[in-house]
Amino acid sequence: MTLDEFVKAFAAEFDDTPEEQFTPTTNFRELDEWGSLVALAIISMVDDEMDVQITGADLRNSKTIEDLYNVVCAK
Amino acid sequence: MNNTVFSLEGKTILVTGASSGIGKATAIECSKMGANVFLSARNKERLEQTLSEMAPGNHSIITADMTHLEDVQKLAEEVSVLDGIALIAGINDKMIIKKIDDEYVSKMLSTNLSGPAMLVKSLLKGKKIAKQASIVFMSSVSAFYPSVSNAMYAASKAAVNQFAKVLALEVLPLKARVNCIQPAFVETEMIHKYSEETLSEIRSNYPLGRFARPEEIAYAVIYYMSDASQLVTGTSLVIDGGYTLR
Repeated sequence: MTLDEFVKAFAAEFDDTPEEQFTPTTNFRELDEWGSLVALAIISMVDDEMDVQITGADLRNSKTIEDLYNVVCAK
Repeated sequence: MNNTVFSLEGKTILVTGASSGIGKATAIECSKMGANVFLSARNKERLEQTLSEMAPGNHSIITADMTHLEDVQKLAEEVSVLDGIALIAGINDKMIIKKIDDEYVSKMLSTNLSGPAMLVKSLLKGKKIAKQASIVFMSSVSAFYPSVSNAMYAASKAAVNQFAKVLALEVLPLKARVNCIQPAFVETEMIHKYSEETLSEIRSNYPLGRFARPEEIAYAVIYYMSDASQLVTGTSLVIDGGYTLR
């Protein structure tokens, strides 16, 4: 999955935040909608789409969507 | 009548199980309150019959078997964004526990629990649930009021109640609401498997003296779909003529 595709898939897990708000440099934890429910959806999306298991700590240690993408790719 | 807080004018609502009983009454009554309705069930002819009894509107028929995952996914793809979802399709084949088998258990659970659950999942995935939408599950008093030979039905409906509560939490970002209705006996095909003698005996235990008519359950769906219940989520409404008072 490319970084662009990852950003799109990441955005799709949000119900109420417009897709155009998501870029590789988006600080996702500052989004109003960010919370434990979306976090679970992201963990599950990464597992389904990329067959990689990430943890809550991986999310906490990532600031931007690109940071998280790099964490996923390194696993 | 549509100029009330109970109006469904401008709302698009999916009704499953719309070919008979409570589902049929729900499709008809919601149309009378101004809703545009997607009617779903297995049988096209019977859905057309329901449609012929509805008030005019932008209604569509989509056939689907809730026990077939492909049908459920196709249904979720074909509907437009929904303001309301009434999950009414369900079955009740009675069997004492000593007689149940795998096939029976799967059939009861797939129709009453997995089908609605997978439909909601597909609608969420496809972003087909509008902001402030209302989702209504048809449960039953059986979920808390046991009767002989009703184990799998009761189990499936109790599961629906809890599924609905978790869903209510998970759709909060959409400000959507999720509620259940728990009828006792309703005058539908589902109870026609009993003899008239048995039905009379059961009816005599109903404090208000009769079973519900399907449209009386539909009126509760209208309440939950309407702006009258904007702050109501995670609840369950018992409509049983006082049956479970005893």
